Amino acid sequence: MKPRVSVHKFSSCDGCQLAFINAGPALLELAGLVDIVHFAEAGPMDPDAPVDIAFVEGSISTQEEAVRIRRVRESARYLISIGACATAGGLQALRNFNAQGVDDWTRAIYARPEFIESLDKASAISDQVKVDLELWGCPVNAQQVFTAIRRLLFGALPFVDNEKVCQACKRQGIVCVLVTRGTPCLGPVTRTGCGAICPAFGRDCYGCFGPAENPNTAPLSRRFQGLGLMPEDIARRFHFINSQAPGFLEEGRNWDQGTP
Amino acid sequence: MDEQTVFLPRAEADRLLEALRGAGFGRILGPVAREGTLLFQPLRRWDDLPAGVRDVQQPGRYRLQEQDTPRCFAWANGPQALKPLTFRPREPIWRAQRSADGQLSFQSTQEDPEPTALIGLRACDLAALDLQERHFMHGRFPDPWFRRRREALFLVGMSCAHPAQTCFCASTGDGPAISRGHDLGMAELDEGYLLWAGTQAGKTLLERLDLDAATAAQRRTVEKETHQAAMGQRRTLPGRHLKQGLYERLQAGHWKDVGERCLSCGNCTAVCPTCFCHMEMDEPALGGDSSEHLRQWSSCFNAEHSFMGHFVVRSDTRLRYRQWLTHKLGSWHEQYGRSGCVGCGRCITWCPVGIDITAEAHALLKEAPDA
Ligand code: SF4
Ligand code: SF4
Ligand code: SF4
Repeated sequence: MKPRVSVHKFSSCDGCQLAFINAGPALLELAGLVDIVHFAEAGPMDPDAPVDIAFVEGSISTQEEAVRIRRVRESARYLISIGACATAGGLQALRNFNAQGVDDWTRAIYARPEFIESLDKASAISDQVKVDLELWGCPVNAQQVFTAIRRLLFGALPFVDNEKVCQACKRQGIVCVLVTRGTPCLGPVTRTGCGAICPAFGRDCYGCFGPAENPNTAPLSRRFQGLGLMPEDIARRFHFINSQAPGFLEEGRNWDQGTP
Repeated sequence: MDEQTVFLPRAEADRLLEALRGAGFGRILGPVAREGTLLFQPLRRWDDLPAGVRDVQQPGRYRLQEQDTPRCFAWANGPQALKPLTFRPREPIWRAQRSADGQLSFQSTQEDPEPTALIGLRACDLAALDLQERHFMHGRFPDPWFRRRREALFLVGMSCAHPAQTCFCASTGDGPAISRGHDLGMAELDEGYLLWAGTQAGKTLLERLDLDAATAAQRRTVEKETHQAAMGQRRTLPGRHLKQGLYERLQAGHWKDVGERCLSCGNCTAVCPTCFCHMEMDEPALGGDSSEHLRQWSSCFNAEHSFMGHFVVRSDTRLRYRQWLTHKLGSWHEQYGRSGCVGCGRCITWCPVGIDITAEAHALLKEAPDA
């Protein structure tokens, strides 16, 4: 019997599922290797079917999701969260900084706020259930997802690189934008995986793959200050796509009230 | 430079490129001003070179400036020179294929590198290549990927008259004059270039060019400029043999100090022309019937570098920085007969937070030895 795979969506923009769909021929090849039993965006619908691997996109943002993720966990042997929303709460987790909760926002924005059901905090999948593997990124790198699947099919543990973006930069011969242009690049504390796309186009990394292993954020923040960033700008660099990720969360807090 | 040194007028400099092509070097690489720095790129004509360009380097900062000079080599260096050409940042070293009946077959990935001439290498670059050769080409099992690419190179060194603030090759004894490791040595004057041979191949090329001898006055100008370049360097290492000094200070408080500033990002090891650490991994194709075995640059600043079975030996930055410095300036002496630093200053300039190996080494050696 072929291994069974599901892809589940929680609060997210669907961009990580697109990593599968955009893979084109690789997706067809995958469909020959495994049974994709649930993948609403691509067609198959059977959310509660038992599977070998469940991919989870999105954060836990509503009461319904908090319940549903438990069913996904129970139905899956191996659960992989994909993308910044699933691994760290995503952009919607910026609301976690509002101590008053979300009610005044929903009242200010929506004509009929009673239709909005939202938890006060958006959280990562691993805050709710046990996660076997996290693939970071906004969006994830499809190649990384397929390599992880291939290794699992071989019965081997996936290897996920956690070194800094800088090393991908240097291997590709990309000229450092921080050193040559003084732009506040987060590459030295950000996990590799994107292929250093932003520096390749001459702009600074904004940390969408989340913190690398052993991120030393404080001296980088001081460097950003030396480059002319105001404390609140430094805080926002860290409190952005992966605001709730350990390392980025604290570093942003250190600067959001001024120079620490 | 010697009595046989010849002179190539600036207006005729393209003749050198023609001679190299005539000698079979279809690919000629040289420094080109691009993306705010100097990168080795294919040269079609001498005009591609960065005339009137100067680099301003500081810890964590690199800028190019215009200056009023006809010279094309009035700068020190860019982020890379030879290393990525001989030791590829990432390359498959074999491929495996599984046939329908389950048989495995392996294919070599060794290429036939195109004969390549490099113009504008610095003395530190050539010294670094010598160190990489000691690592990759020693003993009974020289690295075939490295060796083939190395053997396809023709090296034109360029004496350095414009060290950057970050340079300290005079302190390590590796520059700024071109004295070894070159096929052809060059030095630049306003009016043109002095050329001298370092190998038989270089000599043959000079014969092809058939140039007039350089004058004694020209040679003296080059000597004077090179001497000034050495004297102008402000950075130093606290000695040429630091192994004992560092080994006696493994518990020094300064390791903690630098460990707090360092990002463990590995930029220093990536730009260092002598660093050779790499990791190897397999990338299976999705179908599962073929796989590539890759090696890619890695760094002692990565957790993987000291991962043993199930734990990371050097789990914090203090230990990783200590590994980098005690290896580079210490245990290299045992392994390769000299320090691993050629004074190019790249690790200082390209460190995002401007950590300066010379300042750290001085600070460490000022501390009292461990009890
Ligand atoms: S551009 Fe950014 S990611 Fe690349 S080496 Fe520089 S600091 Fe690191
Ligand atoms: S340690 Fe630094 S200065 Fe020395 S050779 Fe390496 S990059 Fe150049
Ligand atoms: S010394 Fe600088 S370049 Fe090297 S790992 Fe530390 S922060 Fe990165």
